[in-house]
Amino acid sequence: MIQDASRRRLLFGGAMVGAGALLAACTSNEQAPTAAQTKGPEGDNANAAPGKAVTIGFSAPAADHGWMAAITNNAKAQAAAYSDVTFNSVEAGADAAAQRAALDTLISQKPDAIVMLPHDGKELTASGLKAMQAGIPVINLDRAFTQALAYRVMIKGDNYGMGVSAGNFIVAQMKAKGVTNPVIGEIAGIDSLELTQERSQGFKDALAAAGFTVANRRAAEFTVDSGQREATNLLQALPKIDALWNHDDDQGVGVLAAVSQANRSEFIMVGGAGSKAAIEAIQADNSVLKATVTYSPSMASSAISLARLVAQGRGLSDLVELSVPKDITLASETITKENAANYLQLGF
Amino acid sequence: MKATTADPGTRPEIRKDGGDVLRRWWTSESNEFAGRNLALIGVLVVLIALGALTRPDLYGDPDWVRNNVFTILQQASAIGVVTVGMTFVIIGGGIDLSVGAIMALAGVWATTVATQSFGAGGMIFTAIAVGVGTGLVNGLLISYGRLVPFIATLAMMVAARGLAASISGKQTQISGNATINGIASTEILGVPLLVIILVVVVAAGWVLLNRTTFGRRTVAVGGNPEAARLAGINVRRHTLLLYALSGLCCGIGALMLTAQANSAQAAMANLYELDAIAAAIIGGTLLSGGRGTIVGALFGVLVFSTITNLFAINNLTTESQNMIKGGIIVAAVLIQQFRFGSLTKLFSRTA
Repeated sequence: MIQDASRRRLLFGGAMVGAGALLAACTSNEQAPTAAQTKGPEGDNANAAPGKAVTIGFSAPAADHGWMAAITNNAKAQAAAYSDVTFNSVEAGADAAAQRAALDTLISQKPDAIVMLPHDGKELTASGLKAMQAGIPVINLDRAFTQALAYRVMIKGDNYGMGVSAGNFIVAQMKAKGVTNPVIGEIAGIDSLELTQERSQGFKDALAAAGFTVANRRAAEFTVDSGQREATNLLQALPKIDALWNHDDDQGVGVLAAVSQANRSEFIMVGGAGSKAAIEAIQADNSVLKATVTYSPSMASSAISLARLVAQGRGLSDLVELSVPKDITLASETITKENAANYLQLGF
Repeated sequence: MKATTADPGTRPEIRKDGGDVLRRWWTSESNEFAGRNLALIGVLVVLIALGALTRPDLYGDPDWVRNNVFTILQQASAIGVVTVGMTFVIIGGGIDLSVGAIMALAGVWATTVATQSFGAGGMIFTAIAVGVGTGLVNGLLISYGRLVPFIATLAMMVAARGLAASISGKQTQISGNATINGIASTEILGVPLLVIILVVVVAAGWVLLNRTTFGRRTVAVGGNPEAARLAGINVRRHTLLLYALSGLCCGIGALMLTAQANSAQAAMANLYELDAIAAAIIGGTLLSGGRGTIVGALFGVLVFSTITNLFAINNLTTESQNMIKGGIIVAAVLIQQFRFGSLTKLFSRTA
């Protein structure tokens, strides 16, 4: 009797979760990439002409972050733009072990190339090696493997360069304003990640070249609420500042909220990555956010294009080389009010 | 050698007039507040003194100090509200690992485009409904599904984050609602609204725990569920209500966090469950249930947000902050275990 009752209630609980999921589906906010984030076949580009039909495997961590979501969406959309590409995406799961397992399955299916954004390049190098040994060229996306044998092409963003770009912009602005000894704040991302350390190092080096230093640096967690919390504390610690660099535009929503809650506007702020919301704010020019330095998820689209060329044995037509180069590091560009219109299409 | 110190195995009988009275005073029910929370108040005073010593330039400005007190309280507000719910659950003999995930889900759901079109009322209703709803699912699984609280809420923790990621399309959901965002910057008679909400929730929690049948039942259920059942308490229904209460607090907390960040995200309120549990425990709540205080839990939260503030004004890293946090959790629990009763024993033994 009691057994029955509890089972019925368990089913009821399950039904509630199910109903929640159904409702969620109705209110979902999935965002499709813009046309500019992918590049379809264009007029006189010889590489655009359909070639041998190829299958491209894809694996990226399933993160709940805007940038990572854009990576997967862009890759999918870019693959769909080619008539000769079959896209085979595997969910990478929650950690390195899960991604390794997913990749094993992918490798056994023998695709013509694999585009892989690893959880951690160090932990996934073995999977890259395994694929390469099986004769499948690996396109290492963004997080670098430790061994050159583990990939055919690497395409990544420039974390150190992001810091340099942000630092250079701030130095130029301070010089233009005639501020000789500026108070500079920094809201970093997750401190244990190599990418965060590289960004901070680049920032530090660029500032040091002008004789400037960071007065206060808080590490957040790439989330809006951690950005708000750390920015509030930083603003409290520095009653007057001249410039602030925030590593990530997603957490920047929280940072900007903290700035307006503290009623502060005496400084300039630079963002990071280039989200649509940030580019729009720079364009509107009604907040402290005056610039952002790019780390664009459009690199996923480029990775798919490169994988296709590698699998089809073609090169990059503007280069003299007959095949695709091994390493490509994107430049971190600075988006300001002047050029924001050009970059809005790349915002995620 | 005196007779009193010759045998450490027996309780020293001298100082009956002094030590014993003192001991009774510290451990008596009426002085529970002082006995349990004095250590935490001491820690708070030390932390603030450290701030004043290391940054006299900032602490010399009365406007800055007033502003800083409210900053610390505002930073404590959302996690403080959630900790009140968590304290009830733990006193009732359970644990809720899903609070951070429920906050993220409630926040994300309240800020979806569809929900925002109903205005502030719609967003508030959604956040509260999602909080209470998920809390009820937790409660149903635990009380009627007979799942261990650890497992049921762990499952909810994973599932709610997944649902939040799916609803938000993994994008940061920006809240364009001025009323909701305004919660974070509104002040009433100079006091931030977020702080007022925290005080109201803590006061309501204190009354509910100490002055109502519901509170007495919570302690009874947590202390000995079988005895509580024999005493005529509907233990299952009560457990269900405790998780719903925790969910309600998460819904309120989610709105506060959404207002502060002007947005919500599936990854937000990361590890809030551990902060809330830690705050409840160092506030004097017994992890095995049956005993706990709301005011103590509030002090626990305040200690954490004061540390964050102290470290920020001195430009120290998050890692060192976390190590200190760990030390404080251990120290606070140790101090509670060797409360003043044991201390007087210690003194009389060495005298």
